[in-house]
Amino acid sequence: MTAFRLNGDAAQFDDGDRDTPLLYVLRSPAVGDMTAKLGCAREECGACRVLVDSEPAYACTLPAGAVEGRHVETAAGLDTPVRRALVESNATQCGYCLPGIVVAAQALFRTNPKPSRAEIADALDRQLCRCGSHPRVLGALLDLGGE
Amino acid sequence: MKPLPHALAATPSLDRWIRLTGEGGVIAFTGKVDIGQGILTALGTIVAEELDVARRRVRVVSAHTGHTPNEGVTAGSMSIETSGAALRQASAWARRLLLQRAAARLALAADNLTVADGEIRGEGVNEPLTYWDLADQPFDFEICDRTPEKAPSTYRLVGRDGQRRTDILAKASDPAFVHDSDAELHARVVRPPSLRHRLTELDVDVAAPGRLVVDGSFVAVAHPVEFEAARLARRVAGRARWHGIGSPPRGFDIDESRRETAEAFPLRNGVPSPVPRRRIATTHRAAYSRPFLMHASLAPSAAVAVWHDGALAIECSSQGIEPLRHVIARVLGIDADAIEIRHVSGAGCYGHNGADDAALDAALVARELPGHRVLMKWSREDEHGFEPLGPAMHVEMGASVDAKGGIGAWTHDVYGFTHVTRPSPRAPGVDLLAARFLAEPFEPTPARPALGPEVGIHRNAAPIYSFPDQEVTKHFVPDAPVRTSALRGLGAQGNVFAIESFMDELAQAAGVDPADFRRRHLQRDVRALAVLEAVLDSCGGLAGNRGLGLARYKNRQCCAAVVAEVSVDQETARIRVPRLWIAADAGRVIDPDGLTNQLEGGAVQALSWCLKESVSFDAEGAVTSRDWSSYPILRFNEVPRVETVLLDHPELDPLGAGEATVGPTSGALANAVFAATGIRVRDLPMTPERLREAAAR
Ligand code: FES
Ligand code: FES
Repeated sequence: MTAFRLNGDAAQFDDGDRDTPLLYVLRSPAVGDMTAKLGCAREECGACRVLVDSEPAYACTLPAGAVEGRHVETAAGLDTPVRRALVESNATQCGYCLPGIVVAAQALFRTNPKPSRAEIADALDRQLCRCGSHPRVLGALLDLGGE
Repeated sequence: MKPLPHALAATPSLDRWIRLTGEGGVIAFTGKVDIGQGILTALGTIVAEELDVARRRVRVVSAHTGHTPNEGVTAGSMSIETSGAALRQASAWARRLLLQRAAARLALAADNLTVADGEIRGEGVNEPLTYWDLADQPFDFEICDRTPEKAPSTYRLVGRDGQRRTDILAKASDPAFVHDSDAELHARVVRPPSLRHRLTELDVDVAAPGRLVVDGSFVAVAHPVEFEAARLARRVAGRARWHGIGSPPRGFDIDESRRETAEAFPLRNGVPSPVPRRRIATTHRAAYSRPFLMHASLAPSAAVAVWHDGALAIECSSQGIEPLRHVIARVLGIDADAIEIRHVSGAGCYGHNGADDAALDAALVARELPGHRVLMKWSREDEHGFEPLGPAMHVEMGASVDAKGGIGAWTHDVYGFTHVTRPSPRAPGVDLLAARFLAEPFEPTPARPALGPEVGIHRNAAPIYSFPDQEVTKHFVPDAPVRTSALRGLGAQGNVFAIESFMDELAQAAGVDPADFRRRHLQRDVRALAVLEAVLDSCGGLAGNRGLGLARYKNRQCCAAVVAEVSVDQETARIRVPRLWIAADAGRVIDPDGLTNQLEGGAVQALSWCLKESVSFDAEGAVTSRDWSSYPILRFNEVPRVETVLLDHPELDPLGAGEATVGPTSGALANAVFAATGIRVRDLPMTPERLREAAAR
């Protein structure tokens, strides 16, 4: 078994899955975290993003073996001011892009707790949203940094 | 008195709409579905308001055949107007019946009772009764006429700021989408190169626990492990050989020969009519176009199906589970009552995308693998490659300007392919993707012109303005080179883009301020004038690099005015939109934040269409923009700051607004680009190449 930490808890998967993209392993019954989404499977939409030791990563392409012994965080585990700000200000429409946005925004706020609007937009630039929720995502995160 | 809401007349049993639960809750049932517009939250607020209970007590159950009222398709920004009106009236009846029961128990007149959060009080009543004390008998009641509803002036929930969507936390932290369903088998379809390819040969062995399903040219695989299913699909795809049938499409443009052979339907009282088109002399003419567009949902389509003892259970994100059930039944040759469909959230779809097709795909696999819960998912490449596209449009405008600088005559000729191919039990063909590939195929319905008011190609072709003389004509082009269907706003986006661009061109020719020019032709349309003034107030005026756009969706729903501000890079010719202002009148506002979210979402999507989007094809008719690099959409560092003003009319009925801003935003953008550069871009999208081409003309 390959061991890693998931949202603070011990987790593991079969060694035979080390080459499988992390996203499929996270979403498999063995691990069962469905928050990271598949949008494109080619690092183009950001829906699958997770944090690996606080760095954002594309779970759709990252081989699961690469997280051995490391800490993976998904939006499910990020009950943080960032996630609360987005949820409480209704900063989404369909919500499919939201877990990836939570992850990318969390990565930014860990290093820069008072980002400017431009810094937030840059940090989220790999995250696609088709519903046009961008203005209020930016607004919610800007308010968070300003308080 | 107003008639009963249509949906309530169709399903008059009160129990089908409202029930009390033992635990102090209320369940409201709707046939409409949430596609990211927050409709379930808004409907729950309407119910809580009318029943006088706290918002948290109300849970809304959405579209599930046999369980919720049949409310057809969730489309056209109609849910708040139809399901909202039905639930409001049903709640008013529930409240009235509960008060009658209380009055009998307390031996008081119902008129002397008051309710707060489901607690009923009256003179001399020490221990209040609650709704739930009275819930021992169901509402065995058929609604056949209206009961009075609460006066909007007494509202404590509807219209208030600070309402929260009930579904968002789960979407950030739990399995919440059909894609997240548990499954015994994960399935993938192996698609042909294009719609006109059929299977020649498939030479492949699939070992258990993998499964291969082949029915004619419909090829699918399944595997208990999701990643293995995806791998298996790739391996089988590599072994399949296909051949083309029929002839490739003759081009993708609405060119002169397509325009000449189109069927013309001049609008008479807003309805396309088979009468000769009146020729009106015009002095100013211009033509506008948009390309084929994608819905491009962030999630590839998905659905769950289980086949058990001749019955089929489906979970999917279709916007129309009731019609879908009948169409799938026809393809499978079973009774529609043997199919149960439950709506489960998908990603935003903005119209008719692949969600319905995925349900049939899942059903076809489940039928071959009975007893297993099958989760079918499309790949990104197939989502981009096989979803029904938003049709291309070509619009020719003409006008003559009178001596006073006003418009004397106006012509609008819109040419295009059908926007209306949702699966329907009434259609002669089967409009689900897989059906045409089966060993016993079902062909899609031959394209027909939609002739109702404000549908498809001619939605918003009639201008919001009044002119002394006008002729507006729908031109239906039958030979769509690809599969097309409803995309947010249908024809409204292309028509309003053309109308609002042309209005600015005419204002410029007449030497009149664009806002004044519009005021002049809005006559006594006070609601349109009000949104126009509101957006101008909000932005402080049209000076500089700003442009204006205005329309009333379907000429009877939400009225929206938009001002866009642009900057155009001299070197790269790239257009940026730093700011956008919206003013809208959607009648009574249920949830200001939710309404704003819808208006802004529509505006951002329209900017994306207008600045970046265009589907590309190869000569065979296959879509070649199969990923997000070849079909780019607007990104976080490209979206404007948006300020939105709502003009609330508590005394009026609420109007849907999810599609109201797509047209006005498109016009505002084109007019802002002209204001900034002096270049008039009439063909979308306004890419740097297009801008340079237009400048060179
Ligand atoms: S799914 Fe990984 S970036 Fe799109
Ligand atoms: S909210 Fe739907 S994709 Fe972002």
